[in-house]
Amino acid sequence: MNFDFSDEQKQLKNEARRFLQRECGPERVRAILDHPEKAYDKELWTAAAAQGWLGAAIPEQHGGLGLGRLELCALAEELGRALAPIPFGSTIYFLAEAILLAGSETQRAKYLPKIAAGELIGALASSEGPGEPTVASLQASVVGGKLTGAKLPVTDGDIANLAVVLAKENGQPGLFLVHLEGPGVSRKSLQTLDPSRDVAQLTFAGAAAEPLGGAGEGFELLQQILDRAAVLFAFEQVGGADRCLEMSKDYALSRYAFGRPIGSYQAIKHKLADMFIKNELARSNAYYGAWALNAGAPELPTAAAAARVAACDAYWYASKENIQTHGGIGFTWEVDCQLYYRRCRQLALVAGAPRAWKERLVSQLERRNVA
Amino acid sequence: MDFTDTPEEAAYREKARAWLIANAPKQGLKPGRDHDGSDLAEARAWQTKKAAAGYAQITWPKEWGGPGGTPIQSVIYAQEEAKFAVNSGYFLIGLGMCIPTVMAFADEETKKRFVGPALRGEEIWCQLFSEPSGGSDAAAARTRAVRDGDEWVINGQKIWTSGAHLSDYGILLARTDIDVPKHKGMTMFWIDMRSPGVEIRPIHQMSGASGFNEVFFTDMRIKDSQRLGPVGDGWKVAIVTLMNERLSVGDIRGLDPAQFLRLAREVTIGGESAARNHAFREKIADWYVQFEGLKHTRMRTITSLSRGQTPGPENSIGKVVAANVAQEMAREAMEMLDQFGIINDPSLAPLAAGFQNQVLATPGNRIAGGTDEIMRNIIAERVLGLPGDVRLDKDVAFKDIPSWR
Ligand SMILES: Cc1cc2nc3c(=O)[nH]c(=O)nc-3n(C[C@H](O)[C@H](O)[C@H](O)COP(=O)(O)OP(=O)(O)OC[C@H]3O[C@@H](n4cnc5c(N)ncnc54)[C@H](O)[C@@H]3O)c2cc1C
Repeated sequence: MNFDFSDEQKQLKNEARRFLQRECGPERVRAILDHPEKAYDKELWTAAAAQGWLGAAIPEQHGGLGLGRLELCALAEELGRALAPIPFGSTIYFLAEAILLAGSETQRAKYLPKIAAGELIGALASSEGPGEPTVASLQASVVGGKLTGAKLPVTDGDIANLAVVLAKENGQPGLFLVHLEGPGVSRKSLQTLDPSRDVAQLTFAGAAAEPLGGAGEGFELLQQILDRAAVLFAFEQVGGADRCLEMSKDYALSRYAFGRPIGSYQAIKHKLADMFIKNELARSNAYYGAWALNAGAPELPTAAAAARVAACDAYWYASKENIQTHGGIGFTWEVDCQLYYRRCRQLALVAGAPRAWKERLVSQLERRNVA
Repeated sequence: MDFTDTPEEAAYREKARAWLIANAPKQGLKPGRDHDGSDLAEARAWQTKKAAAGYAQITWPKEWGGPGGTPIQSVIYAQEEAKFAVNSGYFLIGLGMCIPTVMAFADEETKKRFVGPALRGEEIWCQLFSEPSGGSDAAAARTRAVRDGDEWVINGQKIWTSGAHLSDYGILLARTDIDVPKHKGMTMFWIDMRSPGVEIRPIHQMSGASGFNEVFFTDMRIKDSQRLGPVGDGWKVAIVTLMNERLSVGDIRGLDPAQFLRLAREVTIGGESAARNHAFREKIADWYVQFEGLKHTRMRTITSLSRGQTPGPENSIGKVVAANVAQEMAREAMEMLDQFGIINDPSLAPLAAGFQNQVLATPGNRIAGGTDEIMRNIIAERVLGLPGDVRLDKDVAFKDIPSWR
């Protein structure tokens, strides 16, 4: 038993942190936030590919570094901390994981090397409207290899080359890979709460769709992809939440009110202690999820749900109370508190809202309890 | 990161499990915080057996009667022991706090005298720190120790002393100088709880049990050789005791979210199983995530210990989270039963009134061993480095500090 990253993994993490401090300061995030026409930081994306991050968990035979998911988790934490405005989650946690999970040998050989090289941006297109997609609500359909329907919101939908799309074929839900630059695809940017990330509506009118995984397996595969992504996003969330705590602490030590640092008032101290508590609980749950993901353990569904629930809770608390700790300045456009608050909302929804994950968690426990 | 046993760990677990199956009673003793003494004889017998087999204080070195095991082994053993109805609660304060303090500050002869019997459950210890004048502010202790030749004369009162009524010995934090600031005027001693001049009065707790006590000292005489650490250094010694308290990796006692879920399955609300009720389901998920988070957090601490590192601050969150989740979960369980929830007759209430009893016990968990507020202060100050509170008592002679008003 061993409940920590290895020294090598820690080193990778430290290097990533230093790199991102240099290459992805808040001004880089704001460059995307303040310019709606810019969907992501291209330079940073190229740099991430050059660092080998995109291919970290992709097998060597497919052009990756062949490291484990633990390394990916370590990187995710740093990307989350830096609010990296790049389609890392969409491409790696969604697309690459989907292909690794369900792709044929041909699909793996065709797409994974391009992902590792930074030549292919991915997206997951499952949602069609308010609420969780269900078998009953699913409208998008594939007939004769052609996809029709609309998906929204699709994170990184404007910039993705290849999307994993949930659609029905012969009445059965399945997953499909769709090239977004091909004919029959139109995209429209959507306005969201976190403009530092790109989100679009995709409309398909007879776009070519190749099946990913078996017919009828759409929702099971989607859930498995989300389980994997939930763990990886949890690390991004923990990274962001920890940064919020640091910002709060630094501010609480330097800001004076009534002749004392605000950090000497218990109302502030206890708030920050609560942030710490939530962040540690989230981190520990994320570690367990990371182990389950990396080991391919049967505990993954439970571990992923717990990691996601804890991470969503911690990030929400840390990002909102970070603003509160800063007072008026925290509510301005200029101060970075808002960046985390916005990203917190994006991450809490991009892989399904926590409420659904809580339900899933309890279902898993019931299954285990009965067993 | 690996949450599975290595082959050596698996072998250790197997050995421990086999030993437990062969030796532990499966029914009878129930772990609990209320030391009512009713199961003391069995608990002692169990502790003796454990010590002989090398399963008591697993990380203690051989010279002190431990097997010299690793922190991971002690976790593995605890996980396995938790599946059996045995009670080691009477010995926790002694082995987790008092004896480590004795080991750190007493002379060889004293150590030799006390370590073995405590390990084997033959002698029970208590911690005499809190007083009516202060528990959070334990450095406000007023119990006086006045030197008389080779002896000290003790007068005063301790309170909330868990297990004092069952204890053979205790460690006592006493005021030896009232003319210096409070942290500088204290000294630590070990005492025999049966000495003349000691009077122990059990306190009736709100939970109904009497696990803690008032302890009065009237001209109790003790030898200077019973002093632990230098005169005036009592606070430093107390810090060592309290550090050991925080390091001792205790289990979360009481019922867990899985038991709540099991109960929910048997209860019907509005024509459907309470286990289908979304309000409860969401809460179960929240509690589960916190329990799991604590469990893994504790394992992170063990990992740093076994790598020879000083554990990080993670472990300081344990008590606050565990006590509050336990309290809320118990309340919800009562409410799930609707009117019936108020019944705590164990023959009628589900789980032998486990949740009802937990409602009554958890307020104590939020206070004992550092209140929620003190734990948050500790996290804020020691972990996050925020400033300490403004102190009005710091550079003032103890005798001039204001107390009750
Ligand atoms: C079940 C149980 C077993 C116990 N066993 C033992 C034992 O074996 N040995 C022993 O020595 N003691 C024991 N105690 C005593 C325990 O350590 C104290 O009760 C505890 O430290 C609180 O002290 P107090 O009761 O004096 O409350 P106070 O310290 O007076 O606290 C009252 C309230 O004020 C708050 N408060 C106090 N100071 C601060 C501050 N600086 N900042 C913010 N809030 C503050 C507290 O959080 C609390 O809410 C036990 C207590 C319980 C409940």
